[in-house]
Amino acid sequence: MAEIVLENVVKNFGKVRALRGVTVEVKDGEFLVLLGPTGAGKTTTLRIVSGLEEPDEGKVYIDGQLMNGVAPRDRNCAFVFQNYILYPHMTVYDNLAFPLRSKLWRVEEDEIRRRIERVARVLKIEHLLRRKPDKLSGGEQQRVALGRAMVRNPRVFLMDEPLSNLDAKLREEMRVELKSLQKNLQATFFFVTHDHVEAMTLGDRVVVLNQGSVMQVGAPEVVYSRPANLFVARFVGTPEINLIPAEVMGETLRCKTMGTTWKLSEIPFFQEVRNIPSRVFMGIRPEDILLGQGDKFGEVYLVEDLGVDKVIRVKTDHTILRVRASQEAQFAVGERVPYLFRTEKLIFFDPVTEKLLG
Amino acid sequence: MNEFQRRQVKNRIIVVILVGMLCVYLFPIYWMFSTATKTKLDAFSLPPKWVWRPQIENFRNVFYVGAGGALGRVKGIEVKPKPSAFLRQLGNSIIVSFVSTLLATFLGALSGYVFSRMRVRGKDDLLFVILSSRMLPPVVIAIPLVMMYRALGLFDTLFGLIIMYTVFNLAFAVWMMRSFVDDIPIEYEEAALVDGYSRFQAFFKFIFPEMRVGMVATAIFSLIMTWNEFTFSLLLTGERARTAVPSIAHSLGTAGVNWGHIAAGSFLMVLPVVVFTFLLGGNLIRGFTFGAIKE
Repeated sequence: MAEIVLENVVKNFGKVRALRGVTVEVKDGEFLVLLGPTGAGKTTTLRIVSGLEEPDEGKVYIDGQLMNGVAPRDRNCAFVFQNYILYPHMTVYDNLAFPLRSKLWRVEEDEIRRRIERVARVLKIEHLLRRKPDKLSGGEQQRVALGRAMVRNPRVFLMDEPLSNLDAKLREEMRVELKSLQKNLQATFFFVTHDHVEAMTLGDRVVVLNQGSVMQVGAPEVVYSRPANLFVARFVGTPEINLIPAEVMGETLRCKTMGTTWKLSEIPFFQEVRNIPSRVFMGIRPEDILLGQGDKFGEVYLVEDLGVDKVIRVKTDHTILRVRASQEAQFAVGERVPYLFRTEKLIFFDPVTEKLLG
Repeated sequence: MNEFQRRQVKNRIIVVILVGMLCVYLFPIYWMFSTATKTKLDAFSLPPKWVWRPQIENFRNVFYVGAGGALGRVKGIEVKPKPSAFLRQLGNSIIVSFVSTLLATFLGALSGYVFSRMRVRGKDDLLFVILSSRMLPPVVIAIPLVMMYRALGLFDTLFGLIIMYTVFNLAFAVWMMRSFVDDIPIEYEEAALVDGYSRFQAFFKFIFPEMRVGMVATAIFSLIMTWNEFTFSLLLTGERARTAVPSIAHSLGTAGVNWGHIAAGSFLMVLPVVVFTFLLGGNLIRGFTFGAIKE
């Protein structure tokens, strides 16, 4: 098992700047998730680690060894592709055996069989070994692709959105299995996804990437509760965080668009942090707004029933707040409801630098 | 009329139209076959005879010189049929078309791969140049070619013809194979690269088998084109290396046009291609539709 270090990696494709100095460290035995929107440079990062792409600048280390200029096959990484890439002209067994049959490892056929049987047992694909990949369901193909990565005990597992081609239910199942698999193998996983739920549930740590730059590195709960900047705040979490422009005026915080004010003494943030700019962005997660209590009022604008809970949009003056409410909550559109901000959960951003304050 | 009946009527109309088209397309082949099996007299009779006694005289004439009419004793001398050049020419046709098809397909597969996957300087221009070799009518370059071939000692050799046809088919093969390789996800190779294979191994073990369908389709097209090629074979060969197609036209001799003879020769030429196409037809259709449907 191994650790990966990327140091200030830059990669350009012609005029497109894919990575602008990315520094990431994946610790030994860690499940690190690289999270970002389409075009953020996630896949490029992964390909640079695997050696399929060479960085223009910067260094890549695996286990302390400099990997720049080392061929992919000499890096001993396993790569799981988004669309699995099983060889259609080979049976599942041969697909699994194929990394081991490379001249590089010189594994005996007996040993290959033992390893495949072990992996097949773990992944519950023993009954599929004689079939061709096109006769498998998406989930089964996904398992085989995972198995192909597992058979040769690679130093690191690189996974490029391996769950995104599965339907929602299967994705959830595989998420659990992947996590327990990683814990059992105690393997280093470098996992790419654009799905923040996946990132939250799978990652020991999450790296948020946007336009080729690292936005934030941290534990999932930190990324969620204390996003480093406006981008991370917006990108992580559904429904999206409420971001409201506000002004500090004397001893009050005024939200013009909501038509309401708070006393600064009500908000813990202002007791702890000094040097706050006069204009800020106030952020609050939908679940941190309580409906049915408090002295401020809004009008119910839209109710979305998600089954587990409800997302209620509340209009206050010019702002529409997203509020998560329990399933039992009954609100009619147009109804006037009181709402309460859990002020201890409020976070603030500098509107100029877009960075988190405090 | 309900929806079901209407559809039935529609289907019948389509069948009638298709049968009509089939007749139009097959008519030349029928005409060829009938002329080949008719006597000279029957072949020229007006209105055409729809019922005739088939005879194999013309086919025999294709294979034997001096067989027609002059069999048996002529003025007390036994006339023995002498094998004609047709068999040898057929052999030439087979050698030339198969060897050049194999070469063109293999080289086309390799260069198609390179054009699809590697960064080649001036790729688009190169591809255009390759394609442009197919834009000129062969006759335009025929005379310089003949002179070059004579100077190089390639005139009237099988080797010369093979080179000619390989080059001729290569343009098509490169373009076709490139689009086939484009349709094979690049991750197939990348997976192999990561899993301990070199680029070369990755290509031969995994990409080459995936290209099989494309190569079969390319080979069929190349083979048909080479088999039917007339101009170059006529111009670049004399007696020894001549293929069968121009030799059929050669029997437009001084003694008038022997249509029966031509029809029989043509029929014999068409037969192998028909058989070949039927055998590999499934691949051909997949070849046509490859890339047209996203999986």
